[in-house]
Amino acid sequence: MTAPTQADIDREMRAAGDAYAGRRAAGSAPGEHPARDYPPYRSSELRHPRQPLTVVQDPDAMELSGPVFGAADVTALDADLTAHHIGEPLGERITVQGRVLDRAGRPVAGQLVEVWQANAAGRYAHRRDRHPAPLDPNFTGAGRCLTDDQGRYAFTTVKPGPYPWRNHVNAWRPAHIHFSVFGTAFAQRVVTQMYFPGDPLFAYDPILQSVTDEAARGRLVASYDHGLSVPEFSLGYRWDIVLDGPAATWTEDTP
Amino acid sequence: MTDLTTAVDAVAADDAKAENAENAAKAATAVTAATPRLAPTPAQTVGPFFGYALPFPGGGDLVPPGHPGAVTLHGRVLDGAGTPIPDALLEFWQAGPDGSRLGAPGSMRRDETTGGFAGRDGVTFTGFARVATDADGRYALRTFAPAGVPYLSVCLFARGLLHHLFSRAYLTGEPGYAEDALLASLPPARRATLETVRERDGVHRFDIRLQGGEDADGGRYEETVFLDFA
Ligand SMILES: [Fe+3]
Repeated sequence: MTAPTQADIDREMRAAGDAYAGRRAAGSAPGEHPARDYPPYRSSELRHPRQPLTVVQDPDAMELSGPVFGAADVTALDADLTAHHIGEPLGERITVQGRVLDRAGRPVAGQLVEVWQANAAGRYAHRRDRHPAPLDPNFTGAGRCLTDDQGRYAFTTVKPGPYPWRNHVNAWRPAHIHFSVFGTAFAQRVVTQMYFPGDPLFAYDPILQSVTDEAARGRLVASYDHGLSVPEFSLGYRWDIVLDGPAATWTEDTP
Repeated sequence: MTDLTTAVDAVAADDAKAENAENAAKAATAVTAATPRLAPTPAQTVGPFFGYALPFPGGGDLVPPGHPGAVTLHGRVLDGAGTPIPDALLEFWQAGPDGSRLGAPGSMRRDETTGGFAGRDGVTFTGFARVATDADGRYALRTFAPAGVPYLSVCLFARGLLHHLFSRAYLTGEPGYAEDALLASLPPARRATLETVRERDGVHRFDIRLQGGEDADGGRYEETVFLDFA
């Protein structure tokens, strides 16, 4: 079987987008998350359930509570990915800040935010990343922090490079930072990716385009915030994260 | 309590309808008079390269190996062709052996001197575990059986999985498990996918199958039940 071309993938992404637009026009709710079955992302084919999810509406469900983390689970340096080695990493130094909120707009305080990313050349410090771009001995690309009482997180890092992958011929991922976030309930758990504004690769990437709703896709893109740029040091990006979760986690009086 | 949840859902559904009629384009930030409801950040796949960032030493050891009364939960994660998935990440959240649902910090204690991981303190039960599958798609977890609820909550991430999945591992033969409402609501073949196989005292097997299918010998296997917390 010959590998699909970008044109093949583009056609499939357009078909999925048109199908979504049709469902919206027929009155269905906006799609907040990617469909797990998204053929343009080839690896999803055998890795998505075919049966509908079983809905649980149990006020006693364990998933309405969740794990907690504390000061012992992070060190102060963890949030500065440029400070994990003796030398300075190569690349464009950036600061990424934002808030973690629940769907009622309340800050998620004291919870764990983890990030990982490629270096400025687009290479991960992972043995299975065989992209022949240079590794940077001064950059690993993993960090973590706890949100403060306002739900704020902040990382100092370098801007990751785009990188090729094998989904189809000439497949390139737009630059992104992987985020892993905990809420107060396990059911609010999310792992996602933050993108950078204006990346020309957005339209070609089936992982981003798997979010077929344009407004929802926009929520994965950080904004450049000049006020967050640090003079003579870094460019600033702002990205707020809103955790999904069961209706029980939206109400004001949930413990 | 069930009525309360249902009522909240009904309100949410009405709000959603009104909003669609009002302005579909504003759906990105759904706001109602009572409670502002922000649109969530979409999930994205964990990808193939989380291995140096998310797993941590002892991530599957909620209790020290060999601890008296410990339960081992182990199994494999399999795709729709029955092939083991070597790049999946599993998280578990559970009540303590005393029934506590509060959890505790300290799952990924750090060493301030080296910047590495210090490991759990061997005393605190944090209720949270994280394990990546190995090259054979296997994982293992050592824990206490939870009290109060007869299951461990499971969250599955993997390359190729665009949006994580929740499931539950019900420890076969543990107290309370026979009268669980979710298990009771499922047909037997589906129900069986959530029940661990008790291999011997204190050792339970729990495989996760992302899709049902037929194995090499023509035997049918069932897709694991995955959950949506509405
Ligand atoms: Fe990536």
